[in-house]
Amino acid sequence: MYRFNYHKPSSIEEAVSLFNSSDDGFYLSGGQTLIPTLKLGLASPVDIIDLSNIEALHGISVDSGLVSIGAFTRHAEVAEHPEIRRVLPVLSHLAGRIGDGQVRNLGTMGGSVANSDPAADYPAAVIGLGATIHTGKRTISGDDYFKDLFETALEPGEIITRIDYPIPDRAAYRKFPNPASRYAVVGVLVADFAGAIRVGVTGAGPCAFRATGIEAVLNQNLDPDALKVVDLPDAGFNSDLHASAEYRAHLVKVMAERAVTDILAL
Amino acid sequence: MKVSLTVNGDRHELDVPENTLLVEIIRERLGLTGTHIGCDTSQCGACTVHMNGRTVKSCSLLAGQIDGAEITTIEGIGTPEDLHPMQAAFRECHALQCGFCTPGMIMRAIELVEQTPELDNKAVREGLEGNICRCTGYHNIVEAVLHAARVPQSARAE
Repeated sequence: MYRFNYHKPSSIEEAVSLFNSSDDGFYLSGGQTLIPTLKLGLASPVDIIDLSNIEALHGISVDSGLVSIGAFTRHAEVAEHPEIRRVLPVLSHLAGRIGDGQVRNLGTMGGSVANSDPAADYPAAVIGLGATIHTGKRTISGDDYFKDLFETALEPGEIITRIDYPIPDRAAYRKFPNPASRYAVVGVLVADFAGAIRVGVTGAGPCAFRATGIEAVLNQNLDPDALKVVDLPDAGFNSDLHASAEYRAHLVKVMAERAVTDILAL
Repeated sequence: MKVSLTVNGDRHELDVPENTLLVEIIRERLGLTGTHIGCDTSQCGACTVHMNGRTVKSCSLLAGQIDGAEITTIEGIGTPEDLHPMQAAFRECHALQCGFCTPGMIMRAIELVEQTPELDNKAVREGLEGNICRCTGYHNIVEAVLHAARVPQSARAE
């Protein structure tokens, strides 16, 4: 692999300062996307800034109505955390299906959300649960966060510190995984907040989004069969060797139907 | 850069380039070649080792990330005279053909048995998603993991 400088700051201020003083800096979280990317030569930053040592990015707290998770929390921790499993099982379920076991032992929530891979799982939860993203200097509504393919509302050098997830009355996540990579070809999270339905979709478009058409139908009638009549346009959806845009649009409906079925069985 | 780590109980202080991967430290600096490099793109799991008790793909960790860590490789779990129960189960069930994926499979399977109280065929297959066998001998691998899961931990003399 090419040569780079490696830094391990112990505060957000120090990390941002390192980033700002570098011609080409990149933050390293769990590394499960970044390190393969470096090895393949798809990115070659001069300065790698490892965020693992920053206390402010760690920790999980569960309060009434809200689960707050530090950005450096690894997927396996969310999958196994007893309190999250109790109050927000949909998030543990989602985290426990990211990639594979070894990847979940290293990959972090903040890294996934900052990277905003179109096929990542966490973005469906950020959107579907209406999460709030905290950075070192401001808060960003989940609805305003995802902008385009690998593009987010984060400014250069801005670091996600934690993400707050409101706790719905009930919720379910269904994904159609790519059988080789386990990335979501399509993933849909449906959440019921006292009768108000939110639907977060990942995998289908350039970035995660709210399926407002599906929400409108489910707000009238929370029934999987109600979705059969929904006409979901595939304009702008991803089309690649894994699935056509048309097939992805079909999968959004099928995954939403299954998630609603799961919710009704809770 | 200087890193210190413990591998199979032995402490090492090393000076390595920043771009060194954990698997390179294990194989090239410490000579522990039981950990294999298969795909080198974090898909195949042949390089799986334990870091602080959890499985990781050692081809996807930089030297700086493992500073202070405790690493266990396939060489650290048993000896030819005293196999780890998972190694014994792989032998018993003929769970290897070419053997290339086996060290990674065994390291992952040990974690799986430790972490999952009720293992069944489906849970083993899901748990081994990050480990690829290109002999496609999965049937006997699953059998071996289930076999080892039934052996009480106390069966192995320490």
